[in-house]
Amino acid sequence: MTSTIERPPAAPAAGGPARPRRPKRDRTSKTENVAGLAMLAPAVLLLALFIFVPAILAFGLAFTNARLISPYPAVFVGLDNFVRLFADAAFFRALLNVGYFAVVVVPLQAGLALVMAILVNKQVRGTTFFRTVYFLPVVTSMVVVSLLWLFMYRQDGLINVIIERVTMGMVTGPDWLNDTSTSMPAIILMSVWQGVGFHMIIWLSGLQTIPADLYEAADLDGVTAWQRFRYITWPGLSATRSLILVTITIQALSLFTQISVMTQGGPLNSTTTVVYEAVRSGFAQQETGYASAISLVFFVIVLLISVVQRFLSREKA
Amino acid sequence: MAISQVAIPEVAGTKSAQASAPHAVLGRKTAKKKRVIGIGGWILRIGLTVLFLFPILFMFVSSLKPDQQIFGDLSSIAAFLPIGNISMDNYAAVFDRVPAARFLVNSIGISAITVVAGILVNSLAAFALSRMRVRGKTVILTLIIATLIVPFETLALPLVWWVNQLPSFELTEFGFLFTKGWIDTYQVQIIPFIANAFSIYLFHQYFESIPKELDEAARMDGAGWFRIYRQVVMPLSGPAIATVAILTFLPAWNSYLWPLMVVQTEELRPVMVGVQYFFQLNVSWGEVMAYSTLITLPVVALFIAFQRSFVNSIASSGVKG
Repeated sequence: MTSTIERPPAAPAAGGPARPRRPKRDRTSKTENVAGLAMLAPAVLLLALFIFVPAILAFGLAFTNARLISPYPAVFVGLDNFVRLFADAAFFRALLNVGYFAVVVVPLQAGLALVMAILVNKQVRGTTFFRTVYFLPVVTSMVVVSLLWLFMYRQDGLINVIIERVTMGMVTGPDWLNDTSTSMPAIILMSVWQGVGFHMIIWLSGLQTIPADLYEAADLDGVTAWQRFRYITWPGLSATRSLILVTITIQALSLFTQISVMTQGGPLNSTTTVVYEAVRSGFAQQETGYASAISLVFFVIVLLISVVQRFLSREKA
Repeated sequence: MAISQVAIPEVAGTKSAQASAPHAVLGRKTAKKKRVIGIGGWILRIGLTVLFLFPILFMFVSSLKPDQQIFGDLSSIAAFLPIGNISMDNYAAVFDRVPAARFLVNSIGISAITVVAGILVNSLAAFALSRMRVRGKTVILTLIIATLIVPFETLALPLVWWVNQLPSFELTEFGFLFTKGWIDTYQVQIIPFIANAFSIYLFHQYFESIPKELDEAARMDGAGWFRIYRQVVMPLSGPAIATVAILTFLPAWNSYLWPLMVVQTEELRPVMVGVQYFFQLNVSWGEVMAYSTLITLPVVALFIAFQRSFVNSIASSGVKG
């Protein structure tokens, strides 16, 4: 049964021609099937245990009052967690912050990454050096980057000193992370600095799939640089583009480490995020049920976004 | 849009040398424009280099200075130069304040085991999916690919609860002792991250590109499936192995959210969680920068050594869509 299904060319021609070889194949495929399952087993078991089970649990636990450590078994509480969630001001603030972050970071990071990809795609002296330097923040952990910028963002830190020097003392920089109006922009700036190199590489691999002869033909036609970008580079990147949008958006929605290290959601919840709220309730307050409800809402948002973006990019292509 | 306008001319510039002859007709104006654009590109390149390199340089340089001098140097270029009162004192202080050596050993161990086990488990699965006739293979592959859209953050909280229910055992002087819960162990930092859908996908893609005639020849010689895996397919899969190794190593080394929640015992903690120690009582920024440098150095060293593989592995994560 299985062996015929796995061979598309042979399968439709059921019966007739395949018959004579059948007995032999069945004999080999039995051991093959067992050996194959044995090779698959560790990975499948681990994925089931640590991806599928928690995914199902997220659904289940969201409707209970489960606590992380509790002598009592979890009790079904219906929609209580969701009712509480939608009345929770901090959660709405988190949704808003994450939306704000995504709306700014997605175009900023994707655009800057594209400029950088085009710069390092050009074969000039030192290309490897530039690419290495632009990529350096990506291999630096987000925790370290957060610490470094926490230091630079201080009221008397490097960034404000530079601002003061450049403007000849006319502008005094704000207390970046302790001011509700600058805390989120500060986090955004730093996150783009860390992540842009990653997406530069992805754009770069997209650029390298565009055939060089398209550019050569365009050169013969004497097109302008803008036309060249508009009609060759941009359409050639359509697949890469939707991928980059999806990955940056999901990465933006999952914002956590920077917040945990730099602001703990403050000041006045101005930088709290969905994942940060989930960790705060599920870990710090041990309310697994409530945290699962947050995770579930988060998952639905991520799912919707990737479906919508996939749909939009398919329309255009 | 301003962004793209700066950008395009760079592509244009690529062929300016060969293209200049047929373009002679277009006159001097274009040539001049191209030169201006070329200079603009260099200004941008160097500006970006400063932007990305200087903060990292600042971190490293500050780790060598006492706090007072770090702040004193801020307003001049000295902030980025290892001059003045330079010493390794901050590094020595780091090892006093934090069990840094222990954390480093933990992280190296956890990352190494995750990488090795990940390569083994995921390549075996991909081999079976790519080379062998297995019942229900298509369904399995589809399910594995489907998990790619789930970000870890959405599973983290239910997973904490789940690993706390799992049975565990420890070896005591009285033999095996069964306990409940994986919280506060090494295995909770390793086992959930071994099997990885994306690694399986990458191996699968790569194995598909290796001609199947090779294993048929090996089978003729009487080789079993495991032998074909070990002696035919894996030796040809160097680039895929490197990619998976890097894509497993980076999150393992950088892992923060997960150990923050599941590891409370100091001796079991990895490096990233160690940063918390620096914000109790008075903060010494020189020490913070020293610790940051210390936990970044291993990754940067690997990156410089295997640059091409790093870049390729990131690029290959672009096929995910």
